[in-house]
Amino acid sequence: MAVVETRELTKVFKQGELGAVNSVNLTTQEGEFLVFLGPSGSGKTTLLRMIAGLERPTSGEVLIGGDVVNHLSPRQRRIAMVFQSYALYPHLSVYKNIAFPLRAQRVPKDQHRVKVAWAAELLGIQKLLERKPRELSGGERQRVALARAIVREPSVFLLDEPLSNLDAKLRASARDELEQFHRRVGTTTIYVTHDQVEAMAMGDRVVVLHQGVVRQVGTPTEVYDRPADTFVATFLGSPPMNLLENGDVIVGFRPEHLVPAERAPGAAIALKLRAVNVEYLGSEWILYGRIEGERFADKVVIARLPDASGHSIGELYDFGVSERHLRFFDKESTVRTEPRSLA
Amino acid sequence: MTTGVERAAVKGQDRGYLLGAAMFAPAALYILLIIGVPFAMAFMYAFSDVTVGSEGMSFVGFDNFASILESPTFRKSLENSIIFTLASQALVLVGSTMLALALNKPFRGRKLVRFVLLLPWVAPISLGAIGWKWMLDSLYSVINWVLIHLHLVKEFDPPMWLGEPKLAMLSVILVHSWRLLPFSTVIILAGLTAIPKDIPEAAEVDGAGFWRTLFEITIPMMRPILNVALLFGIIFTFTDMTVVYVLTAGGPFDSTQVLPSYAFTTGILSGDLAQGAAVSLFLVPLLAAVAYGMLRVAARSEVV
Amino acid sequence: MATRGRFRPTWRGLGHGAIIAVFTILLGFPFYWMLITSFKQTGDLYDLEHNPFILNDKPTLEHLRFLFFETRFVRWLLNTLVVGVFVVGITLTLALPAAYALARLTGRWGQRLGIGIFLTYLIPPTLLFIPLSRVVALLGLQDTIWALVVVYPSFTVPFSIWLLMGFFKAIPKELEDAAMVDGLTRFGVFAKLVVPMSLSGILTVVIFTFTLVTQEFVYALTFISPESNQMLGVGVPTFLVRGDVYYWGSLMGACLIATIPIAFLYNMFLDRFISGFTVGAVK
Repeated sequence: MAVVETRELTKVFKQGELGAVNSVNLTTQEGEFLVFLGPSGSGKTTLLRMIAGLERPTSGEVLIGGDVVNHLSPRQRRIAMVFQSYALYPHLSVYKNIAFPLRAQRVPKDQHRVKVAWAAELLGIQKLLERKPRELSGGERQRVALARAIVREPSVFLLDEPLSNLDAKLRASARDELEQFHRRVGTTTIYVTHDQVEAMAMGDRVVVLHQGVVRQVGTPTEVYDRPADTFVATFLGSPPMNLLENGDVIVGFRPEHLVPAERAPGAAIALKLRAVNVEYLGSEWILYGRIEGERFADKVVIARLPDASGHSIGELYDFGVSERHLRFFDKESTVRTEPRSLA
Repeated sequence: MTTGVERAAVKGQDRGYLLGAAMFAPAALYILLIIGVPFAMAFMYAFSDVTVGSEGMSFVGFDNFASILESPTFRKSLENSIIFTLASQALVLVGSTMLALALNKPFRGRKLVRFVLLLPWVAPISLGAIGWKWMLDSLYSVINWVLIHLHLVKEFDPPMWLGEPKLAMLSVILVHSWRLLPFSTVIILAGLTAIPKDIPEAAEVDGAGFWRTLFEITIPMMRPILNVALLFGIIFTFTDMTVVYVLTAGGPFDSTQVLPSYAFTTGILSGDLAQGAAVSLFLVPLLAAVAYGMLRVAARSEVV
Repeated sequence: MATRGRFRPTWRGLGHGAIIAVFTILLGFPFYWMLITSFKQTGDLYDLEHNPFILNDKPTLEHLRFLFFETRFVRWLLNTLVVGVFVVGITLTLALPAAYALARLTGRWGQRLGIGIFLTYLIPPTLLFIPLSRVVALLGLQDTIWALVVVYPSFTVPFSIWLLMGFFKAIPKELEDAAMVDGLTRFGVFAKLVVPMSLSGILTVVIFTFTLVTQEFVYALTFISPESNQMLGVGVPTFLVRGDVYYWGSLMGACLIATIPIAFLYNMFLDRFISGFTVGAVK
């Protein structure tokens, strides 16, 4: 097991253009499940590929277990990677797929059977060993890819959006399996995703990336409750955080914290909302309201309510947000600032 | 019981089939007349005594086959055809795999290189061959000039590329491979680009080096496309006479005579259509084998 | 240090460069040789003391003048062009509807017939030229280019059907359904929607057909003897040789002139040609 570290890691694909990854400094903790989260094009996959050794950094260093590995090829880095497509070798059986890393690293042949059996059992795919990849379902393929990754007992696991090829139902159970799997093997894992639900549910810590820059590193609660800037604030959470300009600051609050006035006594912000749309989502309601009055007039904000059956479109309602749920961002830099009073 | 709408739909379907048949018929008819009928005629001729001048013809059973099987030229041609095909296919397959792998990586000037590499394939075969005939000229061969200046051969006894039996065969094989290499390369290149980039990368992360990735991952995955390149290559080689005809006309002393050129000499130049047809029928078993191979490739690609 | 790559760049790069260089020279040199030969003075060509790779004297247009004004080269060029145009016309007329029929109208039979058509492409001229020489004579077309116009589609039609089938299958079915709902007949869909949408496929077929016509050798050699009715591919190597005398300068010029334009066209449409050969082994 090992710690992965990057120092000022940068990748510029085309000279003169903005880098895909810009001066990223990160350190994982031992045995941690670290998630790279960002929209497409945020550089998260490039960052992962540089750690794997599949992409050559323009500048900066990658360290694994305390040693600089920039000059090492992927095979020398003692890492395992699961690709988005799983990249199973189509002409080899499941058994041979899993055994391939052992053969490639010249593990003595008599150990192959035992190790493959161990990995297969860990993932519950003992019965699939004779099949070819094309005879497997999406979920089975994912498990084979994981087995192939675990079999050589790597020091670091790299996972590139491994759930994005599964359908929604399967994804939830696969997520659960992955978490259990990580708890069992305890290997340092870096996981790339654009799905905030996956990131929040699985990550010990989440690295939020945007345009090749790290916007925030923190536990899921930290990034959700105390977003570092307006990008993180709106990228995480669905519906996103409401942002309202107020002088040189931006005030933000989560939809679940925008509640009918009677439930927020002594609210720091009181808003008169004209309901423009009400959506019923089963477990909750989403209310879109246009602000009326002097302040923030005509802005639309979103409230997430346990029950909005009493609210009808076109009516005017009193809403409020209590002080402790307000977040403040500098208008210029979009970075979070000290709380201030809303004079 | 069918409703009116259903009946109309069924009728529409029928009309679709009818229209399909009508649109397909002209091509089918043409193919039947210009390929099917001559194909049947080739068999008929092989069992007859027809010549260029003859009015009618009578069937002579296996006489033609008996007489060509006794002919030393025929046996030499058959042997040459096999050597010619095997040797040039081995060269082409190895060469084009190497070249395709090299071309699959981006580098500066790749477009220009690709253009140059294609030239032998797009040049009319007979003209490419005549270019080589000049390069292999008995007196002014540029290849010999280089060899002489490198002191690899004696100045007054340079190799007669097209004049000595063994060298002539070698020349014919090399020139044909030269011509076929680009075709095979682009086909294999197409197969290579179809391999997702992830897979060789995964092999690399899994610890495989360049050679292991090449021989255990890339080449096995290229198998179907290599088969296609090989099957076409066999057809284009075993049944072609152009390079041989232009370079050596089968000589010296039939040392480069192949089945198609022998069929041409017998059937057209000597006017013995029956014997010529009998010679060319020896192409058929190989064609059938290749056709079977193609069917298997096609069938498998549908399964995947 | 920080920017060192994951490969030891020298060996792998060197091997890569060497392979490219060797093959480029092997495949391309004959064309350089044609080029330089066609501009060399005759004395320079046949002087063994001269370095053959460069022009030792002033370049000359004499070989090309001879080619254009004292041989039938221009006539052969025209013959080839005329045959090409007719064969393209016949090929499109037969292959377009047939390919659409196989791609859309004949259901499961289409697949099988399509492969059958593909297999006929494998039947070589060297198997058919003897009986066909008789057919051509019977039709009274011997020694005319019309013999070739009749026979050449036998190898362009099957391949074109196969190629166009692929194009037609790539057109979304919904689009055709929509057009029929909007009031076009099946044939209308083919003529007014499918054909215009497949222009690039049709262009590929045109270039492919033309290339094959210029490359064909066996039929032209068999069916036509008079010098003035020849095609390029046969005329140049057989009639630019007088007895034992080879007009190397003119021969090489002719080779280049016939090759380069086709090479440009072919290069532009390369990917489409390839798709016709891969039998679905590449998706």
